[in-house]
Amino acid sequence: MAEKVSNKKIFLNPLSKDNPVIVQILGICSVLAVTAKLEPAIVMGLSVIAVLAFSNVIISLIRNTIPTNIRIIVQLVVVAGLVVIVSQLLQAYAYDVSKQLSVFIGLIITNCILMGRLEAFAMANRPWPSFLDGVGNGAGYAVILVIVGFFRELLGSGTLLGYQVVPQWCYDHGYVNNGLMILPPMALIVVACIIWVHRSINKDIE
Amino acid sequence: MSKLRKYLDRIRPHFEEGGKLHAFHSVFDGFDTFLYTPRTTSGAGEVHIHDSIDSKRTMIIVVLALMPCFFFGMYNTGYQHWMACGETVFPFWQLMLYGLLTILPRVAVTYLVGLGIEFVVAQWRKEEIQEGFLVTGILIPMICPVETPLWMLAVATAFSVIFVKEVFGGTGYNIFNVALVARAFLFFAYPAHMSGDKAFVSAGSVFGYGPVAPDSFSCATPLGQIAASTGNGLHLTGIDGSAIGSWDAFLGLIPGSFGETSVICILIGAAILLLTGIGSWRIMLSAVAGALLMGWIANSCATPLYPASYLTPVDQLLYGGFAFAVVFMATDPVTASRTNTGKLLYGFLIGVVAVLIRTYNNGYPEGAMLAVLLMNAFAPLIDYCVVQRNISRRLNRAKTQVR
Repeated sequence: MAEKVSNKKIFLNPLSKDNPVIVQILGICSVLAVTAKLEPAIVMGLSVIAVLAFSNVIISLIRNTIPTNIRIIVQLVVVAGLVVIVSQLLQAYAYDVSKQLSVFIGLIITNCILMGRLEAFAMANRPWPSFLDGVGNGAGYAVILVIVGFFRELLGSGTLLGYQVVPQWCYDHGYVNNGLMILPPMALIVVACIIWVHRSINKDIE
Repeated sequence: MSKLRKYLDRIRPHFEEGGKLHAFHSVFDGFDTFLYTPRTTSGAGEVHIHDSIDSKRTMIIVVLALMPCFFFGMYNTGYQHWMACGETVFPFWQLMLYGLLTILPRVAVTYLVGLGIEFVVAQWRKEEIQEGFLVTGILIPMICPVETPLWMLAVATAFSVIFVKEVFGGTGYNIFNVALVARAFLFFAYPAHMSGDKAFVSAGSVFGYGPVAPDSFSCATPLGQIAASTGNGLHLTGIDGSAIGSWDAFLGLIPGSFGETSVICILIGAAILLLTGIGSWRIMLSAVAGALLMGWIANSCATPLYPASYLTPVDQLLYGGFAFAVVFMATDPVTASRTNTGKLLYGFLIGVVAVLIRTYNNGYPEGAMLAVLLMNAFAPLIDYCVVQRNISRRLNRAKTQVR
């Protein structure tokens, strides 16, 4: 790389200034799909952090031996292997959540954030910065997932992590859960709100 | 009137630059131009064409055109309520008063929330207040069931004003019809309150006025009954169990959303819009044609699987919110197509899609709302195609002349 970027920046930038979801607008599909409840959103976020961090490290380790022509295939194989491991672990230790997430764990392979980071960062950097970059980007993704999941579960189901949060007397006095929040379109609008707030704080992002 | 003019002129300095109420200058301007012609018009003798019809006048005429439906809605709300209570005498003024008391809080809430947001946004952006909410604010309570809780109306109004209008830049920039999005929001967010047996007839007394309905009465709208019906043929009934026919749907003394039941009143409104040139006859006519065509297709292969296909094409026009949506929603000049050919196509597709959804998706008893919203999204594309076709036609003509 032409300029040396500090490890701290590599780790912290994706959390806000260079967030993969709300600045680069990547991985929107899975944000719509898994955020109806908070718990799958958290698990999905953790899975992506794990897969992204380790695939970054692996690709970074073998970056000098990968022939350029087939690098995408190699990257896919590495990601696919890690995704299968995560999927098996989830099925073994968190079966209910893995059922809720269904195909979306498998579809981490197609998440643009992964290919983007592997291509743009791991192919050109040493393992340790690559690891930090993976964790940072994964965390940036997970944060948005958790925020969206929080609002969608709170307003859509009145619960958080499955526990009743909206008190019963609200329902007795006519409060009703917002059914639209559970439907995917609302995830887009919540993401849009996050982007709105984020841009009005960071005016330099355009 | 001149006293009011003088009063406004007297307090004007407070709102101008440096005045102590300058922060509220957009509110002042809004009221001033609402009451009188703006002062900043160009003088006579210049090249501009003068016409007193600005967007405020347009909005006021639309509100006037809505009034027959509004008053009828008041009467019908009372009428349905009295009927639900098992009464057989229907005193006109008591019915009207009951309807007024039912609808007034709803109108007040939508205007309060919607105008509140408009005022705040106008101050924030340092712009003048835009008058677009004038029509939207009265449309929202008119297209919702009377039993919609007030807080739901407030949430839906806030949602649609913010996310459909203000984020796109305010009045005149919205892609979708604001009132219809509020209705769609309610429909998808709170389905239990937007359909079914109870939603469309006011049950209790309002502010202690009027009789209280018994706990159990069934009052699904005709289209709701159709969506739930099984077997051959249709048997539509009112609250008291008497049959509902096309004539009842035309008159409008049937359960339904507040303003949309009476086709007669909608036709009066349509006449006002057409005579003043505000509503587009192309959209209305082609939408009716589209609905008749699709209704005829559906009716000619009627099956028990899709009960709404038993409705004759004319009934498709009379029942539900179709007429109201076509006259007052589809013709919204901001969200409709602008080219004349585009308007014909736009209206026609609204008619077709409305009947299509209504007939072939039993989950959505009424398709007019969704049809108009869908075509709102397509309106710019239709315009683009019409304009491009025109350009290429004229280019071809020019080329042949050059040769």
